[in-house]
Amino acid sequence: MSAERIATDVPARADIVVIGGGPAGLAAATEAARRGAAVVLLDEQPALGGQVYRAVEANRARGKTLDADYAEGGRLVDAFRASGALAIHEASVWLVEPDGTVGFSRAGAATLMKAERVIVATGAVERAMPIPGWTLPGVMTVGAAQILLKTAGLVPQGRVWIAGSGPLLRLYAVQALAAGGQLAGIIDTTPPGNRRAALRHMGGAMGALGELRKGLAWTQAIRQAGVPWITGAHDLRAEADDDGALGTISFTADGARRSEPADTLLLHNGVVPNVQITRALDIEHDWNQTQRAFRPRCDAWGSTSVPAVMIAGDGAGIVGAAASAIAGRLAALESLRALGRLDQAARDDAAAPLRRALARALAIRPFLDALFAPSPEYLVPAGETIVCRCEEVTASALRQAVSLGCLGPNQLKSFTRCGMGPCQGRICGLTVAEVIASARGASVADVGYYRLRFPIKPLTLGELAAVHAPADPTAPR
Amino acid sequence: MSAAGYDAIVIGGGLHGLSVALHLARRRKRVIVLERRYAGRHSSGINAGGVRRLGRDIREIALSVIAMEMWHSIESLVGDDCGFVAGGQVKVAESDADMAKLARREAEVRALGYDHEELVDQAELRRIVPAIAEHCVGALVSRTDGAADPYRTTTAFRRAAVAAGAEIREDDGVTGLERANDLWQVTCASGTIEAPAVVNCAGAWATRIAAMVGETIPCGVKASMMIVTERMPTFVEPTVGATSRSLSFKQTAAGTVVIGGGHQGRCDVAAERSVVDFGNLAHAARIATELFPVMRGVRIVRTWCGIEARTADEIPFIGPSAVAPGLFHSFGYSGHGFQLAPAAGAALAGLIATGSTNLPIAPFGVTRTSAAAVR
Amino acid sequence: MFARPHSDTPHLTITVDGQPVGAREGDSVAAALLAAGVVAMRSTPVSQSKRGPYCMMGVCFDCLMIIDGVPSRQACMVSVRDGMRIERQRGPRPLEVDTEDSP
Repeated sequence: MSAERIATDVPARADIVVIGGGPAGLAAATEAARRGAAVVLLDEQPALGGQVYRAVEANRARGKTLDADYAEGGRLVDAFRASGALAIHEASVWLVEPDGTVGFSRAGAATLMKAERVIVATGAVERAMPIPGWTLPGVMTVGAAQILLKTAGLVPQGRVWIAGSGPLLRLYAVQALAAGGQLAGIIDTTPPGNRRAALRHMGGAMGALGELRKGLAWTQAIRQAGVPWITGAHDLRAEADDDGALGTISFTADGARRSEPADTLLLHNGVVPNVQITRALDIEHDWNQTQRAFRPRCDAWGSTSVPAVMIAGDGAGIVGAAASAIAGRLAALESLRALGRLDQAARDDAAAPLRRALARALAIRPFLDALFAPSPEYLVPAGETIVCRCEEVTASALRQAVSLGCLGPNQLKSFTRCGMGPCQGRICGLTVAEVIASARGASVADVGYYRLRFPIKPLTLGELAAVHAPADPTAPR
Repeated sequence: MSAAGYDAIVIGGGLHGLSVALHLARRRKRVIVLERRYAGRHSSGINAGGVRRLGRDIREIALSVIAMEMWHSIESLVGDDCGFVAGGQVKVAESDADMAKLARREAEVRALGYDHEELVDQAELRRIVPAIAEHCVGALVSRTDGAADPYRTTTAFRRAAVAAGAEIREDDGVTGLERANDLWQVTCASGTIEAPAVVNCAGAWATRIAAMVGETIPCGVKASMMIVTERMPTFVEPTVGATSRSLSFKQTAAGTVVIGGGHQGRCDVAAERSVVDFGNLAHAARIATELFPVMRGVRIVRTWCGIEARTADEIPFIGPSAVAPGLFHSFGYSGHGFQLAPAAGAALAGLIATGSTNLPIAPFGVTRTSAAAVR
Repeated sequence: MFARPHSDTPHLTITVDGQPVGAREGDSVAAALLAAGVVAMRSTPVSQSKRGPYCMMGVCFDCLMIIDGVPSRQACMVSVRDGMRIERQRGPRPLEVDTEDSP
């Protein structure tokens, strides 16, 4: 099949359902479909590519390729389209059952689909950067601004500040400037000691010289554009104007407090695995102290404690787009083996070159993890800074709950309503764990994370009611 | 030797255990609560918070009526209003057959000398619950029933118990129970403690505690699910149920709606885990949207599922062990024990402190059901 | 603020609280509003404080709006259509909805 089938009638069954249309999901679906499996890819966005390759086809059609890395997304999408896999767009997955049943909503209607295998490729989300005033309209993430650039061609204009740390911050600045945008300045919160720590991993990173050069080129491009770059900034705050939107930012740099007018503040504090599905499935998660995030426990193929469910890409721990695509293919190969479509020897033969490529793609990771290790100041917010944006629960309220005997995130919900709003703890989960850990003097690993339950998306009661129910549903089991 | 010198050891830090501890401490008894996880971990901290006499099993009404009086002055008992609002409880009739059933029930309850249940017609139902579906023809209401905030209630009982002198030890599960020299030796993670009396308030795990002394009490478990919606403006005051279908529908102070009604999830008691069953949850959503059509477009923000004990006849065990002197049971509330907690705790405290109680717990003896009857 | 220096996609018109706003095909509602200088898209049910899009990828639920009569839709996840009616969601979502769920 040469063209993507248009999903009007959604099949009730599939060999493999892939959740997420980013590099891991595209590559997993392509690999499995090429080898003959019936594959359905569910994605929440209107077009393939995930966040990293967001709107890649539309931009390619307009001759806007951004850069070589982004163009790679176009090749992944082309391969997917040639593979025979079916893509269902604007599908919000709200349920994954251990037996491979996947529930999703599309255009206000809920559907259940049964798969033999589910490959979760839901990628990463930006780590929260809770500062005073971060809930004001006008304060967004760098990732959000990049999505505006990729999907709508919007560039920053006027008093737009970028603050935080991480590769995406630099990449976006370069892309925005190249597209004709203006930036008022970059407030770099990377702890100065990180550089030294990162140098220890320089040896490993030499295998990825291209990546290192790219980073240096980004930095140079930003400096050449004359964008002020403020390092070692502390105590960043966003303050409201008379309308209740962002009006000013302030921070301390070089020992002096500075205040600057701002109409947009873009924050970035690195990315962390999106664990909503794996947590709700009760898969064990481990704390990664280097990346300061939980990641679901899985083996080198992406297999988890739930036999029908595999994980690929950043959702299993941050590895970046190139490694995610390889991980997607590995998960597909193991899925095919589990389905009896591929014997073990064939799986291993196909995997051998992928594993070598994966090692190359991961060479720079320890260096990046060390260089962009988040500043403790923005992991554990102080005072009246809001932690839970939905329920407007402050850091001090969390600390008070801990002083009253609250030991972990789940108790905290009952104490404070923290994490009980529409985002279902997506934004505040890690911050809550960090704040409790710091207040208790415990490790984040011991404090743990929210217990999440399906549905992981806020479908309507009407949608749920329309899902098939058994004959005698109130009978005890 | 009882180093700490306890008069009673309560096993289980749920609302019932905390209530027993509070009442014992108020009687100047030295009491400790042993909780394996944290107080309110299971169904006490997460339930619909219904404070209801309406529709109770006839055998429960006397205790429930006394408990309701305590709820109406709950602040004087525990120093906090527990979020209790007497918004009423309503059981809706969806058909003439339902209405006839409710009329018989009203008559039965009145014949027993209680007047809290009142049959109302369609016009009055609409006045009380304007958003109710048009097909509903009337209701049985209990106007001074209501609902409270479960975790706030559990926390208030805990604080009041501690203030009265009770000790609460969390993260300390009981692994052994033995009687020697008229004293119970309770072995838990942190060591062994002794007291002449032990109260088993271990909920879904209570039969395991009983089994430690060789007492077999037939009892199952349940894992009732709840749906919580996004916040909305206040549109329904009372807690609403149905006559022929399972529903509990309540809007909280925050504006969210909590939908339950005993729809079952799946639970693994040994692992202390429960999961939502989506077929059953969909059924709950269907009932809720049929009774409240305005809810069809409302979004689900959370679901949860709490594990607790369920007896064969769906009323609790409250009273002394049939085999072991000095051991008392309080479990098996089968999904509607929240309201009874203040009174059940008082009854057990009386029983332990004085050997008897005036409170009506006679129907709740542990030997009334047989193993064969357990569902 | 954001600007759109070049665009070759068709122009559409949507309304925000009754006021017409230009948009381009392919925009999400949130992107179209940001391009038009509309940043505050709702107020919270907790404190009535104003909010706008934060993540633009469906994670934060801070861009909830009433779109064609349906409350609590994520403006960053809905593509614009010509004539779409957008309203700011003020405080808790309204109970009554006027389309889609009431055929």
